Amino acid sequence: MDAPPPDGLTRPPLRLFPTAGAAQVNQPIPFGTRGPADHAGTDLSDVMHQVAQGDKRAFSVLYDALAPLVFGIVVKVVRDRAQSEEVAQEVMIDLWRQAARYRSEAGAVTAWAATIAHRRAVDRVRSAQAAADREHAQAAREHTTAFDEVTEQVETRLESEQVRRCLRGLTELQRQAVTLAYYRGLTYREVAEALRTPLPTIKTRMRDGLIRLRDCMGVTT
Amino acid sequence: MKHHATDAHTLVAAYALGALDDAERKDFDAHLRACEACRQEAAEFQATTARLAAAVAQPPPAAAKAQVMAAIDEVRQLPPRIPAPSAAPVLGGILRRRAVPLALAASVAAAALGGVAIRQTQNGQDLEQQARQAQQQLDAVSAVLAAPDARTVHGKTANGALTTVVSSEQQNKAAFTAANLPAPGSGKTYQLWLDHDGTMRPAGLIDHDGTVLLTGNPADAGAVGLTLEPAGGSPQPTTDPLLLMTLPA
Ligand SMILES: [Zn+2]
Repeated sequence: MDAPPPDGLTRPPLRLFPTAGAAQVNQPIPFGTRGPADHAGTDLSDVMHQVAQGDKRAFSVLYDALAPLVFGIVVKVVRDRAQSEEVAQEVMIDLWRQAARYRSEAGAVTAWAATIAHRRAVDRVRSAQAAADREHAQAAREHTTAFDEVTEQVETRLESEQVRRCLRGLTELQRQAVTLAYYRGLTYREVAEALRTPLPTIKTRMRDGLIRLRDCMGVTT
Repeated sequence: MKHHATDAHTLVAAYALGALDDAERKDFDAHLRACEACRQEAAEFQATTARLAAAVAQPPPAAAKAQVMAAIDEVRQLPPRIPAPSAAPVLGGILRRRAVPLALAASVAAAALGGVAIRQTQNGQDLEQQARQAQQQLDAVSAVLAAPDARTVHGKTANGALTTVVSSEQQNKAAFTAANLPAPGSGKTYQLWLDHDGTMRPAGLIDHDGTVLLTGNPADAGAVGLTLEPAGGSPQPTTDPLLLMTLPA
């Protein structure tokens, strides 16, 4: 073929993220088996170095690499799409602003960006809750509904087979503690209330749940 | 402080999950500065929660990028919190001595070859050749990124990596970027493919995060694919695709 087709219609239909049979190639992949000098994010930390010096073209590269990660977690926590677009833009601008404060010793660029994005999303949700001055009991009701939704979404909407499989490897309480906190933005106190479980137990389940996830994903830093 | 230091250790997981309130988070940040064990654990847990974030990644609206790029013109960057920035990588230093014109080019080369460059420090005589290859690759990659007709597509692999393809029809070239790509495992590599009317043609190998130029003829291709293959690559895919990104028509 010497010229590209005039439009996409002549092309065979393509699935973006095929799942049939994909598990066999996903499962054996350990994450982070590379040496300490070569962990995920090595490359982006060099891009960050340029961004920290005010390089807008490097920031354009960084934007392309990180915007889906940032937008995805913000939407997950904030839920309202219009607000999420606003928060995600604030996060991307914040990455530009704070670029010089990124330290590669403290972890990969993706982890740094995810932390900033999650924090902003949580701030948005919590300030909205404060503004609404909601009743305590009503909050608990919302949380109970929330974790039913989370459980369902964890089963059906995660696009990473590895993460889905690792979450399935947690106990019910570990999974709910982790997902209510991270995907719903609840504090550990709110998680304890929603799950009607003592605070020290929730702290412990968050910790052993994350340890199990970390080991399942083969994460190293 | 609401917490004794001994209590603080138990909050690492809640901290990494973003499940502390503001006051507790500030206390814990102070604790982290003093506690190496918690710092290490927090880094591991944050790498773990970043995978939870990557699992729900989705592309933002296309118009958002232009708005952000316009907004940063007005935003002043903060100075580093520590006086000395981390040491420049070996390859970056070489490229700067070679007077590469574009700062972007250096960063892209480091992105494309960062892992290789680090390994090569054990093998000094290869550095010159490595730098030359990096130079050629970065020239080509930066030409694609700077092309007036450059078009960008985002995707995500089945194992959670975020990917971007920038293609230029004028130059008949395309660059592929991966972030958060899990290690392929020993004896294996990721292989890129160009889909020509249903026939997958090899388009290069990638085994860690970074940017590579696709080999082959992207202007005629309908999609870019990624599979896991035995080290060295295969003439045609031997596993199910982890990713198929439709290229702009
Ligand atoms: Zn500690």
